Amino acid sequence: MKQAIHVRGLTKRYGDVQAVAGLDLDIEQGEVFAILGPNGAGKSTTVEILEGYRSRDSGEVSVLGADPARPTREWRSRIGIVLQTANDAAELTVRETVRHFARYYPSPRDADEVIAQVGLTESAGKRVRQLSGGQRRRVDVALGLVGRPELLFLDEPTTGFDPEARRQFWDLIENLAHDGTTIVLTTHYLEEAETLADRVAVVARGQVVALGDPATLGGRATAKARVAWSEGTVETDTPTATVAELGRRYGGEVPGLSVTRPTLEDVYLRLIEHPS
Amino acid sequence: MTDIAQAVAPAAAPARMPSTLALGLARGAVETKMFFREKDAVVFTFSFPIILLVLFGSIFSGGLAGTGITFSQLYTAGLIGAGVMGAGFQSLGIGIAGDRDDGTLKRLAGTPMPRAAYFIGKVVNVLVIAFLEVAILLAIGVALYDLKLPGEVSGWLTFAWVFVLGVSASALLGVAASSLPRSAKSAAAVISMPFVVLQFISGVFIPFTQMPPWLINVASLFPLKWMCQGFRSVFLGDAGASLELAKSYELDRVALVLAAWLVGGLVLCLTTFRWKGRRDG
Repeated sequence: MKQAIHVRGLTKRYGDVQAVAGLDLDIEQGEVFAILGPNGAGKSTTVEILEGYRSRDSGEVSVLGADPARPTREWRSRIGIVLQTANDAAELTVRETVRHFARYYPSPRDADEVIAQVGLTESAGKRVRQLSGGQRRRVDVALGLVGRPELLFLDEPTTGFDPEARRQFWDLIENLAHDGTTIVLTTHYLEEAETLADRVAVVARGQVVALGDPATLGGRATAKARVAWSEGTVETDTPTATVAELGRRYGGEVPGLSVTRPTLEDVYLRLIEHPS
Repeated sequence: MTDIAQAVAPAAAPARMPSTLALGLARGAVETKMFFREKDAVVFTFSFPIILLVLFGSIFSGGLAGTGITFSQLYTAGLIGAGVMGAGFQSLGIGIAGDRDDGTLKRLAGTPMPRAAYFIGKVVNVLVIAFLEVAILLAIGVALYDLKLPGEVSGWLTFAWVFVLGVSASALLGVAASSLPRSAKSAAAVISMPFVVLQFISGVFIPFTQMPPWLINVASLFPLKWMCQGFRSVFLGDAGASLELAKSYELDRVALVLAAWLVGGLVLCLTTFRWKGRRDG
């Protein structure tokens, strides 16, 4: 499989702050890749360097076979970007905005189709200013999609979505991935990364500290299980035996019994802790 | 047969990038649409010079001795200059600072839109606004203050080049000035203050004959004085030339100074324009 993104030894410093400190990253074509990390970990800086918005201090970077530090129109037309915050073009309607942005690209998607994909058909005639926060976010996503990108960057795309809108958005991303679009996603919602991503990278202190399938990240699949009941908790490699033992002790139902493996959130929080 | 069919099949050809000019015009259409949809801004933009014209025309109703020219005619010519500069400098200075703050510029920079298309769109937008502004001021001047439109082609030619040079120079200065305000919130204050001062020292409201020489020298450095002078030559005719400091409209110098600002404005734009807001680092 070909690589969509290849990064080696990326660094970026702002004054005294080393935002990115020798970061390596490989993202395959057609992959849904999530980048997780606390604010200030270098996640946004890295993504903005990949998007061609920001210069780097050193390191080797290739995005769709080109150096994003020298973006050309042809390269930009193969990339879609959904930024974190934007309040622009508020006086245009949704349809006018998407149609206008479609004109920038050599072979865009049909504007009305994209509007339907993000679930805004009923609001297509409304001015962007009149939309709710979640609806505006969907306009952002539509503008990222309309150019038929091979690679789509999504920066915290579902912030401000209600649970139903988030589910619909996930379906949309899965469809895009199914069609072969490479997707790079940053998010604060670990559930989102777990649902969508083929692979997850956790970025902390300017480096990738963990990388892998969200189900096995950070030794999650092989970690001790936690057996909890109303009078205690036990961490064990053999939870079935523990439950059987508890069953004998209580002579039937164990009050308040639960057996859990560490969630992605547990693993994530452990990974981003500062080493003390 | 099949070889030829494949050779001409459009699917094999790489899709062509849309042209910069077409996208610039498309942006101009979108910018103009957005402008006219913001009703409060439209009313303010167009009514401001009109109110000033009616106000000054009513207060100073007399004529200028020995010329047959009235104060209100003088103000009409001056306010056309100020209107043109307002549409270029003020509206772009504030508008682009807003675009930088609300994410417009960052979003556009992430698309394959050629950057020149953004500026072409702004210029189209400014030309439309300035043209309407001038048409309204001329209509009021003619209807209320006996302003005489030039009867010869040469007068309109002068009007055309002063208008185009004036709008272009003001627009470029507006683009350059848009990088000064720290945010969209402060833009109106930062951009309007120098513009208001410039109007008072450039002979829009107060005739040069009533100003100290050092102030006239300062005003002569900036384009507004020369724009107003050019418009006076069109609308006040030969009779008004005696009111000028040089006893002539100095049209060659008008052209020279405006052209110099055009070039200087372009250099400023190219060297100082920021596609990012200050918060974006």
